Amino acid sequence: MKYVIAVIQPDRLDDVLDELTRREIHLVTVTSVLGRGRQKGVAEVYRSHTEVGSLLKKIKLEIAVNDQYLGATIEAITKGARTGNVGDGKIFVLELCECTRIRTGETGGLAIG
Amino acid sequence: MKYKSTVGLAALFVGLLATVASAADSAIPAVPAVAATSALPAVSATTSAAAPVDPMAAINSGDTAWVLIGAALVMLMTPGLAFFYGGLVRRKNVLSVLMQCMMLLCLISVQWVLFGYSLAFGPDFHHFIGNLDWIGSLPGFGLAPNADYAATVPHLAFMIFQMMFAVITPALILGAFAERMRFGPFCIFSLLWATVVYDPVCHWVWSNAGGVPGFLKGMGALDFAGGTVVHINAGVAALACALYLGKRKGFPDKISPPHSLPFAVLGAALLWFGWFGFNAGSALAAGGSLATTAFVATHVATAMAGLMWALMDWFFHKRPTILGIITGAVAGLVAITPAAGFVTPLGALAIGIMVGIICWISVTFVKVKFGYDDSLDAFGVHGVGGAVGAVATGLFACVAINSVANGGNNGLFYGNPGQLWIQIKAVGCSAGYSFVVSLILLKLVDLVFKLRVTETEERIGLDLTEHREVGYTMID
Repeated sequence: MKYVIAVIQPDRLDDVLDELTRREIHLVTVTSVLGRGRQKGVAEVYRSHTEVGSLLKKIKLEIAVNDQYLGATIEAITKGARTGNVGDGKIFVLELCECTRIRTGETGGLAIG
Repeated sequence: MKYKSTVGLAALFVGLLATVASAADSAIPAVPAVAATSALPAVSATTSAAAPVDPMAAINSGDTAWVLIGAALVMLMTPGLAFFYGGLVRRKNVLSVLMQCMMLLCLISVQWVLFGYSLAFGPDFHHFIGNLDWIGSLPGFGLAPNADYAATVPHLAFMIFQMMFAVITPALILGAFAERMRFGPFCIFSLLWATVVYDPVCHWVWSNAGGVPGFLKGMGALDFAGGTVVHINAGVAALACALYLGKRKGFPDKISPPHSLPFAVLGAALLWFGWFGFNAGSALAAGGSLATTAFVATHVATAMAGLMWALMDWFFHKRPTILGIITGAVAGLVAITPAAGFVTPLGALAIGIMVGIICWISVTFVKVKFGYDDSLDAFGVHGVGGAVGAVATGLFACVAINSVANGGNNGLFYGNPGQLWIQIKAVGCSAGYSFVVSLILLKLVDLVFKLRVTETEERIGLDLTEHREVGYTMID
């Protein structure tokens, strides 16, 4: 089992979700986050005072998958989120020790699906 | 320690109010008797020398309705200002700003009815301040008109209309010290400021009790609805506050942007709406053309100034901004306030252009150049805009709109250069007095109570540290 965390551009969320659905990956947690990477922020101007925010709005996706779906998940996120510009985001993959479905008490690979 | 100071504050408040209340109580029995001999004959003497005339007969239903509605409109401006300012601060301080405004609405209303009105509009004491004759109750309970102020509405209607001005003026100041003043000392400072700064300056410009004008009115200064009394007065006090308290932690580069511009727009819209009561209501009558000309001038100048600010942003920063257009509109409202009942629609348009450009420059360059932290530009908009309006009144005032007999005069562009000089002197007097006395009050309150929150409290935010509340919960 793997735990996939992806940080992507907010405007790519719909495309990523479409790509995931197309590959039958339906379970995903989405959070609105702030973060910074190499990309420069967009300067905002308030009463002529320019604010160069160092933190940018991003979307964080968290997906728990069985090993055989890992490739499809990464492919879906990459395809949906890539624009070719700085700031497209990153995908992190972690080992997942355990998973329990609260309703039934199932554990492991069965609980993820 | 903390509780001790809170108890001390509460005791001070109760003590203060109790003193005033007892003074008022003792005054009340005397007043009806005085009223019968002094105020009422004065009115009847002017209307008819022979037969005694019922003073209530002078009351005009249309005028009274307009003044009362005007008072309600101006009342709404203080909550409107709360949202305007509240939207501009950070999330952690939104309630502190709303609370300061709502507290002033309550506190200054009480101050005004107990003794503030008497100090501002009561019988003259050396052209400087009103005396204490009207403490707690007006002659004849204020039922009959007082021809010195508004001949066709009950005196009480004029009193409550003016109360709303007294409320919003100290509220304007808080834009300068938002996000860093302790609440208790804020209340004490505001109460003292309303009493020793607002009431006298109001007296100078508008008082006419017994036909004796305050000293600026006597000098011939024109201030239709409060450019000097309200805006220069509050704006300059705001500068004093910003200078005395110092910058917020992290100013200017580490301060987060406004947390809710939609709130600010809502607040600006309420201010604009309420300002029709402020300016057109200051005609104190619905009859004749004065309320209408003031209404038109108010709207025209505001629209022009908002447009001007948007264009300045568009030209110099490549994009027009919503914060810019509402700031411009408020600057326009401020500047037209002293001029509203004296200028033509085209004069109002010119004032809108002037203030849009000058306030934009003051907020963009002057504040940055001198580096003071006027958090929400109370001085940049109200102080500077008020001064522009007061001086512009000396340029564009025109007797065709408001005759000399009715208190108007010509400005420079209508062949009376002297008026411009009078206006400049009035600006100087009110600004100088407000600045010096505000600084003294700040020092006094600071010595006794400590004005500023600690650095830790400032980081946490005043909503939690001063009020134990939060504006927004994270989880439903």
